[in-house]
Amino acid sequence: MDVYSHDILLVGGGGAGLRAAIAVAELDSALHIAVVSKVYPMRSHTVSAEGGAAAVAKAGDTLDEHAYDTISGGDWLTDQDAVEAFVQEAPEELLRLEHWGCPWSREPDGHVAVRAFGGMKKMRTWFAADKTGFHLLHTLFQTSLKYTSITRYDEWFVTRLLVDDGRVQGVVAIELMSGRIAAIMAKAIILCTGGCGRIFPFTTNANIKTGDGMALAYRAGAPLKDMEFIQYHPTGLPFTGILITEAARAEGGYLLNKDGYRYLQDYNLGTPQPKPVLRSMELGPRDRLSQAFVKEAEKGRTLQGPYGDFVHLDLRHLGEKLIDLKIPFVRELCLKYENIDPVKELIPVRPVVHYMMGGVHTDINGATSIPGLFAAGEVACVSINGANRLGSNSLPELLVFGARAGKAAAAFASQQREATPAALLQAEDEKRSLEALLGKTDGRERISTLREEMQKTMEKSVGIYRTGPSLEEAETKLADLQDRFTRVTIDDHTQTFNTNLISALELSFMLDVAATMVECAKKRTESRGAHQRSDFPKRDDQNFLAHSLVARGADGRAHVKYLPVTITRWPPGERVYGQSAEKAAKG
Amino acid sequence: MPDTIQLDIARYSPERDESPSFQSYTVPLRKDWVVLDALNYIKDKIDGSVTFRWSCRMGVCGSCGMMVNGEPKLTCATFLSSYAPGPARVEPLRYFPVVRDLVVEMSDFMSKFRAVKPWLVRKEEKPISQGEYLQTPQQLENYKQFSMCINCTLCYAACPVYGLDPFFVGPAAIAMAQRYNLDSRDQGSEERMEILAQHEGIWGCTFVGECTKACPKNVDPAGSIQQYKLTAAMHWFKSLLMPKASR
Repeated sequence: MDVYSHDILLVGGGGAGLRAAIAVAELDSALHIAVVSKVYPMRSHTVSAEGGAAAVAKAGDTLDEHAYDTISGGDWLTDQDAVEAFVQEAPEELLRLEHWGCPWSREPDGHVAVRAFGGMKKMRTWFAADKTGFHLLHTLFQTSLKYTSITRYDEWFVTRLLVDDGRVQGVVAIELMSGRIAAIMAKAIILCTGGCGRIFPFTTNANIKTGDGMALAYRAGAPLKDMEFIQYHPTGLPFTGILITEAARAEGGYLLNKDGYRYLQDYNLGTPQPKPVLRSMELGPRDRLSQAFVKEAEKGRTLQGPYGDFVHLDLRHLGEKLIDLKIPFVRELCLKYENIDPVKELIPVRPVVHYMMGGVHTDINGATSIPGLFAAGEVACVSINGANRLGSNSLPELLVFGARAGKAAAAFASQQREATPAALLQAEDEKRSLEALLGKTDGRERISTLREEMQKTMEKSVGIYRTGPSLEEAETKLADLQDRFTRVTIDDHTQTFNTNLISALELSFMLDVAATMVECAKKRTESRGAHQRSDFPKRDDQNFLAHSLVARGADGRAHVKYLPVTITRWPPGERVYGQSAEKAAKG
Repeated sequence: MPDTIQLDIARYSPERDESPSFQSYTVPLRKDWVVLDALNYIKDKIDGSVTFRWSCRMGVCGSCGMMVNGEPKLTCATFLSSYAPGPARVEPLRYFPVVRDLVVEMSDFMSKFRAVKPWLVRKEEKPISQGEYLQTPQQLENYKQFSMCINCTLCYAACPVYGLDPFFVGPAAIAMAQRYNLDSRDQGSEERMEILAQHEGIWGCTFVGECTKACPKNVDPAGSIQQYKLTAAMHWFKSLLMPKASR
């Protein structure tokens, strides 16, 4: 078995992974860095982020206001020390991107421009038209090419973490091109594999978002945190799940029901005004807007299409000029995928699974509970997003905590020894089981059948609203799917670029991650942010002002414990938007 | 519209096949399906060994470029119904070595891409504490188009020069060099000139413009190559008049 060695290993080459790699390279050029990614880094899902990146930059805005919006937006499940570090470091991170060439949109005088965004009380969202993630990722990738200390393993798929002697020591990975299985050892490892939206049938997430890093950490014994908090974005295109960015509403778009009525006014989200009002109506937070959609559908006031209920997003009054200047990608996507021109026509939209607030439990420097193992970006839960992430906080999050994890991993690596023989034996063991899976000829269950059943179950039982019985049902179904997975069919038994084998491994990751979501959702008998229990509709700070920590027990099942939320300066309050917020402010 | 369509897919496994061949599959012809949806239908329901790259399904990750009926296309942004009644032929991107089925070898592109130094070059870094480099919307406009490249490499599959001369640095890499050369914050155009103003550089291009036609993001690599030729010619001319002081 081939064995490679590096000082720091990044699993995932998206925004967080590349930022971490550059942080290490800038800190100490003698450290050998490896970036292992199952796709070429510029294919990573950061590329799809559209609307922008929040950071305080303009006069009249303050770090405390960004912190408060983030904390209240997260329904007080955020760790406030992490949020304070985040809002503090976000501006310099976005500036650093500017210095590396990111084509941020500009004011006429040449300064970086900002726009409004959902749940944010001030305009503080930096943007590169409506392809912010694309430009951010390409800027990071192109900048990373400068550093000769970064070695890339492009199109390598990580299957297991090697943990021995009380620390992580490496990974086992398959090189897609050749099918070769190798051990890649490192003194510190940072997981930057992103989210897991593909567990659900209708998602904005790319095909690669299969929760790999979450499953790898969970299997290695690191707890996951707040896995019941899954964000539905209120505006996805039906069928494809393609995201229509929140920027469309920030620029003044309306959400209309079947009667052309701005229905959000009926859900305590504000009074309709012709121009967008911050933290009100269409600029309310994502969880509230998605929940309003479900209620509106129950009243029979949505429209019906071949892919279920939908409402309309109306941009027509914005005019062609503004649409082309500020949100050109929205128009491009509508024209190319729905054959609709938003300049003249209404856009059909519905809520769509978009982002995972939960993830691998880390401290403020990205350290997980396994020494040497770090995590940053969507795969991690620091937590700054709490029960609901605000739009445009995820891009600065991956920069701030990618950089922090990179520095912390470099410090850790400098004190470590070489890999132990036991870790290499684990690698041999993993190689044998991968070879067995590849050679498996007695399977009867198609990968796609199991995957579709999992996705349907998750949408039905762990969607925008959950109940105790629906979660029990999901638990039983997932256990059945786990069992059937042992009889999975492998169609392709060859070595070269075997995506069939990779799909099976990804499905196995997703089944583990799905089980943690169900267990956390079942135990949390309250409603908070994106976790809404129809049978427990109130927030319960007495019992649940705490993070769910889920770990795999000796019985192989998910077990949940609780960890108190860190409160520094903002005691839990009522979370209000629109009129109620205006009233509360007037007091 | 008929309710099914035949796809003829290029198959090649280096472990099993001497040379590529076509295999036919019949798939539902649905109005809202793109070619990629049909490929996924085949992989999920009929034959899990059919191999291709894809990820975002929204035309921005750049993974799913293939030849459809002889033209380079992003298969996630190409409706299946445009090929009705079929059959439609799906092949790997032209001029690249084939790894397996519809997957091509990318490393030649990746090394050319890196060779043009696609990053911001500064003689002196401004400290972060001093804020951003100012750049007006007009200055942004000067290079913006070239920054939209998603590295899908459809332009290479469309480029007859790359087909004949594999040393040609190629459209996307030149457009990327130009993206930084035209950025008001960049000071690296001299360095990039050294790399590009060679035989394998821009002079290889005979300006047939196929790359610009193939580009799904309106980057206009052909335009970048023309611009660059002009600058390079001026540079060469100036260097005759004003030779460098020491060599």
